[in-house]
Amino acid sequence: MRPWQSYKLRLRRHRLRIRAVRKRRELTSVADRTGQIAPQDVLVLSTLRNERRRLPHFLKYYRDMGVKHFLIVDNGSIDGSGDYLRDQPDVSLWHTNRSYKRSRFGVDWLNGIAMKHGHGHWCLTVDPDEYFQFPFCDTRPIQALTDWLDASSIKSFSAMLLDMYPKGRIDAQPFEEGMNPLDIANWFDAGNYTIKRNKRFGNLWIQGGARARVFFPEQPEKSPALNKVPLVKWDRRYAYASSTHMLLPRGLNLVYDEWGGEKASGILLHTKFLDTFHEKATEELERKEHYSASIEYRAYADQMRDNPDMWCKWSEKYINWRQLEILGLMSKGNWA
Amino acid sequence: MTMNVGIVMLVHTALDRAEQIARHWAAAGCPVVIHVDKNVPRPTHDAFRAALDNEDLIRFSRRHACEWGGWGIVAGTQDAATLLLNEYADVRHVYLSSGSCLPLRPVKELADYLADRPHTDFIESATTADVPWTVGGLDAERFTLRFPFSWKRQRFLFDRFVELQRLVRFKRRIPNGIVPHMGSQWWCLTRQTLSAILEDDDRATYDRYFRRVWIPDESYFQTLARQYGVNIESRSLTLSKFDFQGKPHIFYDDHLQLLRRSDCFVARKIWPQADRLYDTFLGDAPTPAQQAEPNPGKIDRIFARAVERRTRGRPGLYMQSRFPNLGWENGQTADKYSVFQGFADLFSDFESWLARTTGAGVHGHLFAPDRAHFAGGQTVIQGALSDSAGLRDMNPKGFLTNLTWNLRGERQCFQFGPADNQKIVPHLGTDPNAQVSIISGAWAVPLFQSNRNFGDIRTLAAKYQQIEATMLTDLRKPHVKARVRVWTMAEFLEAPMEPLQTIIDEIGQTTGRRLTEAPVMKDLAGFGQFLQNLKNQGMHPYLMGDFPIDPAPKTQRPKTRKPYLVQ
Repeated sequence: MRPWQSYKLRLRRHRLRIRAVRKRRELTSVADRTGQIAPQDVLVLSTLRNERRRLPHFLKYYRDMGVKHFLIVDNGSIDGSGDYLRDQPDVSLWHTNRSYKRSRFGVDWLNGIAMKHGHGHWCLTVDPDEYFQFPFCDTRPIQALTDWLDASSIKSFSAMLLDMYPKGRIDAQPFEEGMNPLDIANWFDAGNYTIKRNKRFGNLWIQGGARARVFFPEQPEKSPALNKVPLVKWDRRYAYASSTHMLLPRGLNLVYDEWGGEKASGILLHTKFLDTFHEKATEELERKEHYSASIEYRAYADQMRDNPDMWCKWSEKYINWRQLEILGLMSKGNWA
Repeated sequence: MTMNVGIVMLVHTALDRAEQIARHWAAAGCPVVIHVDKNVPRPTHDAFRAALDNEDLIRFSRRHACEWGGWGIVAGTQDAATLLLNEYADVRHVYLSSGSCLPLRPVKELADYLADRPHTDFIESATTADVPWTVGGLDAERFTLRFPFSWKRQRFLFDRFVELQRLVRFKRRIPNGIVPHMGSQWWCLTRQTLSAILEDDDRATYDRYFRRVWIPDESYFQTLARQYGVNIESRSLTLSKFDFQGKPHIFYDDHLQLLRRSDCFVARKIWPQADRLYDTFLGDAPTPAQQAEPNPGKIDRIFARAVERRTRGRPGLYMQSRFPNLGWENGQTADKYSVFQGFADLFSDFESWLARTTGAGVHGHLFAPDRAHFAGGQTVIQGALSDSAGLRDMNPKGFLTNLTWNLRGERQCFQFGPADNQKIVPHLGTDPNAQVSIISGAWAVPLFQSNRNFGDIRTLAAKYQQIEATMLTDLRKPHVKARVRVWTMAEFLEAPMEPLQTIIDEIGQTTGRRLTEAPVMKDLAGFGQFLQNLKNQGMHPYLMGDFPIDPAPKTQRPKTRKPYLVQ
């Protein structure tokens, strides 16, 4: 990397940080419990809109994992998500009605919050439909992972997005509040992911999976990116550049080994495809607050009308993280 | 009544766990001397000390600041060991441990074990020339250079200073001709050996020397024990595994059964929050009395595999945390596979014949323009890999590596041709797993049999010939690692069974039998004339070799098949 390129990236990072500070003013604090955050706590950061039904299980899942505090931005929910979160003892909540898109899909808000409250903590940035899995997550809490990462001088941890879907029509089984979405959407594509390297940011660009197979066979380059780096030992100088796909400084994106070995990595189980998906897609199509004029949602809407079944003969049924590791979707690296 | 074994304990973090361990040793009658790192803040240290004040068997030694790779750890150990030997006359063996060590077997068993071996020193100790343990490329140089800078904090200066010393060929003199040895920091020495080291007349000389050796805690006692030890067992009684960066592996709750079965006396490093491990091994749950020797074999294997995974990875896997640079893949694809060009053009039942003969998975043209023709006409195969041409062509190499990864352990074959997506060719060429067999010019057979206008045929023939010629050039480049076999069509037709036998043998799923059944060749009567017509039109087909115009090739198979055995 030439010096001027690295200088340009540095400028860009500073712009992102300034933007984050500016966008932080759009947020009004609803419940500020950040005083409770202890020095070693692992934090979850999230932006959401109308996710009331998912929230109880989402919070429980991450509490059980050992997450101590949630920093959440409520982007104009009208289904009671805000009220529910306000009453949780370990949630700090901000509210805004401003544009999700113009906050670069919530990234600016979360960058701003992480800068203020995340410095020196391990921060896990996930959506309410994403369930983080890491090696040994069934027997070890997340602190075991972060302690090990600290000891190994690793600052960022990769977790690819894995699209989960039910067998049969996605609206066949109703998703009720408090349910575990993985009880319904428990199938995934195991081996159809393709990878490119983004030279400029040093990250990998992973596409494929069920979404590419079902919705984007004709225009595959438009299928969504699945590479994510959700777990970072945050420093106030860091910034997510594009969703949680890539970070600056770019060294944080080097979560993969280039010399044949495997680094440790996890998975984000993405439980978007439930019966709630249809209304969400319809709403998002009208709001046009998503990436590239909500192209994803348009593709979904077209496809789902005719045949809302993503399952195929070679879909895998989810069992546990060990299965994902054997399939080569994630890796234990040298953690044993 | 104190035990015959005394414990020196080095402590720097997780003091609550250290306290628990110290009490455990003391409760069993072992005197304990604790060295607390001077970097631990005073209030924390004072609280820790106060908590253990009421224990008779626990003492604290003078504090030294310990830094990784520095002298402080040795100095602390020396002081603590001296104190232990002076205060407790019964102690026969001194066991060096840390605050994150956990005794796995009852202390009584350790004491008995040592009582049975009263003159044995357990200290891992090997000469630098003989072991590849070192990290950072410094082995013998640890003992011959000077290391005034910290490796962790002043890495730049550390590296530059090493380079400078190499440049000027600086070498320290090793005092008294001692032979440097290295090994695990965690030892168990007899009073005799330890006191000889600590009370040596030359100790000042040795200390001055080792003070500037890199990581002296892995070499000071290991070297000097060789001077005095009567009966050295070069192994550590502490189970401690290191990963490829030289940092210790950590044990968690889910290692409980492994640790239990290892029969080791002490393990490190234990994660401070591994409650179940601490509760189990420090609790007074009766463990069946064992006389077993420590046997960490299984744990060794698990950690060795982890290091292997981190450094070599799984061959043919491309994923979020493994994306090797070109040439570093350790296997570009997960398994061997065969590519056939021209065979399906020449034989009408080649795919089914190949599947029957070899039992392999035989696909059609995977890189065809319309879709990937998977075996059995499937639209999706293992791993939910789709037959969509769009998805495939976005990343042809990824498509192929996915296919071999998803079907690893099962031999894959597929057809290829000049009409297919040629972007995959360079990848086939560099992949040692690829076995490429080509009958050059055979693409003309379907053209010959097609019912197109001759003008179109001529255009297509020219195009295919050019594509195939480029492909052949690519596959003949010097860096090609694939097993490539090329026959011209004329050459092949002279004796088709021989090449077929070679290919089948190489796929290697049959057990050296001779082929009893050949695939059915298409009717080539008039093919020579067809080629001549192309020539007459100014398009010279040369890739099929010298084809006689007439009569039709003599290798026309009779319609009746030879009898063969049904398997």
